[in-house]
Amino acid sequence: MALAVGCRARPGKARDNKTGSWRVFKPVFDHEKCSKCGMCSTLCPEGCIHEDAEGFFDPDYTYCKGCGICAVECPKEAIAMKQEEK
Amino acid sequence: MMEITEGSHAIAEAVRLCRPQVISAYPITPQTHIVEALADFVANCQLDAEYITVENELSALSACIGASAAGSRTYSATTSQGLALMFEVCFNAAGMRLPIIMSIANRALGAPLSIWNDQQDSISLRDSGWLQFYAEDNQEATDLHLLAYKVAEDHSIQLPAFVCFDGFILSHTYEPVDMLTQEDVDKYLPKFSPYERLDAADPISFGMYATPEYYPEFRYEMDQAQKRAKDVIAKAGKEFGAMFGRDYSALIEGYRLEDADTAIVAMGSICGTIKDAIDEMRVEGKKVGLLKIRVFRPFPSEEIAKMLSHVKRVAVLDKNISLGAKGATALEVRDALYGSTIPVKGYVLGLGGRDVRKKDIKEIVALSEKGQGDIFYGLRKELI
Repeated sequence: MALAVGCRARPGKARDNKTGSWRVFKPVFDHEKCSKCGMCSTLCPEGCIHEDAEGFFDPDYTYCKGCGICAVECPKEAIAMKQEEK
Repeated sequence: MMEITEGSHAIAEAVRLCRPQVISAYPITPQTHIVEALADFVANCQLDAEYITVENELSALSACIGASAAGSRTYSATTSQGLALMFEVCFNAAGMRLPIIMSIANRALGAPLSIWNDQQDSISLRDSGWLQFYAEDNQEATDLHLLAYKVAEDHSIQLPAFVCFDGFILSHTYEPVDMLTQEDVDKYLPKFSPYERLDAADPISFGMYATPEYYPEFRYEMDQAQKRAKDVIAKAGKEFGAMFGRDYSALIEGYRLEDADTAIVAMGSICGTIKDAIDEMRVEGKKVGLLKIRVFRPFPSEEIAKMLSHVKRVAVLDKNISLGAKGATALEVRDALYGSTIPVKGYVLGLGGRDVRKKDIKEIVALSEKGQGDIFYGLRKELI
């Protein structure tokens, strides 16, 4: 990619930053416990937790930084932060 | 037309003729007369610009960033503590590649508080990416604003620029200045044509985030733009000369340097005093010359090495001090002459407005002949 002058960018450019590489702890979602409330998706600062066809939620690990907010906020304690080995 | 006018007013008039569309500044001595005059021009409909009043310098330059990114020719002015407060914004303006022009009425930095002249303020921002021009007199201070816009807005450069002139010594002094007309300036300086600009209909962000995979290349590109600016200044300076009779194509200028044994290197208003001292020393048979640096960023290393190649010694005068090291110009001139056997000595002087007189210049030449230097010159021994 050639450099844009002054690091200027069109909308949507943040998708190029694969922030998933920052992650140390990985949120693992347990659909057995999930009540499909969507709190994790609402509060995710990265906006990377998406609802699937059945109404369950899963993070996009390409962008999930592993901040753990979803795990702390989940009312059903259905999200566990697990040490990730790379 | 030649007019006897205060430096600040000549500069304000030159800025008016450059047709800035947005001005944002905060008053600070000794820059205040410039922005006061520009505020009057706007209020009196002599200049069709937005004049944004703000609570401090950080906001002033931030407003300029927004205005410049939106596609306006933009202007500010400051000095000393005001420039220090803009430190963060200066790096952003350069990194976003916005051709903002800012006048710096050079003044010492506190503490201790000093409103008087030295060049510590702009020199302290030498690494920020802004082009830096230094004026010897009010004619040059006035003209360099036009040149700065022309160079900064060139699409191959896209960097902001400081036009520096010594506070009080130039800003508050009445001198004859050849004032250009609107017609002249319009001929020289075309309408600002931004390379890219903020537009709600076609959104774009400036100065986005760069991961370690990208950041060094952005700094490299800025450095390349600085280096390209040498040629762009040469071209724009020559064009200025062809139109108005004052040629600014050279980044440095020699005065009686061709056959000199001792070369003095200096920037700003002190060069006038040095030229007079040189004339007197020449009558006494001393072969002394001056190398005046008009453009400090980009730094004209090769040009300096070439112009000084024949001299026996170099005395660099600095109205700044990189505490714990040396004066900034001395360091860079020594770097420019690296590998040659010509001794380069630095003399820090004129800090906080201490007068520099012809006899001081003569004394420095005598010291340099004895090989003495790399000192604070003219300290009051009874105080230390």
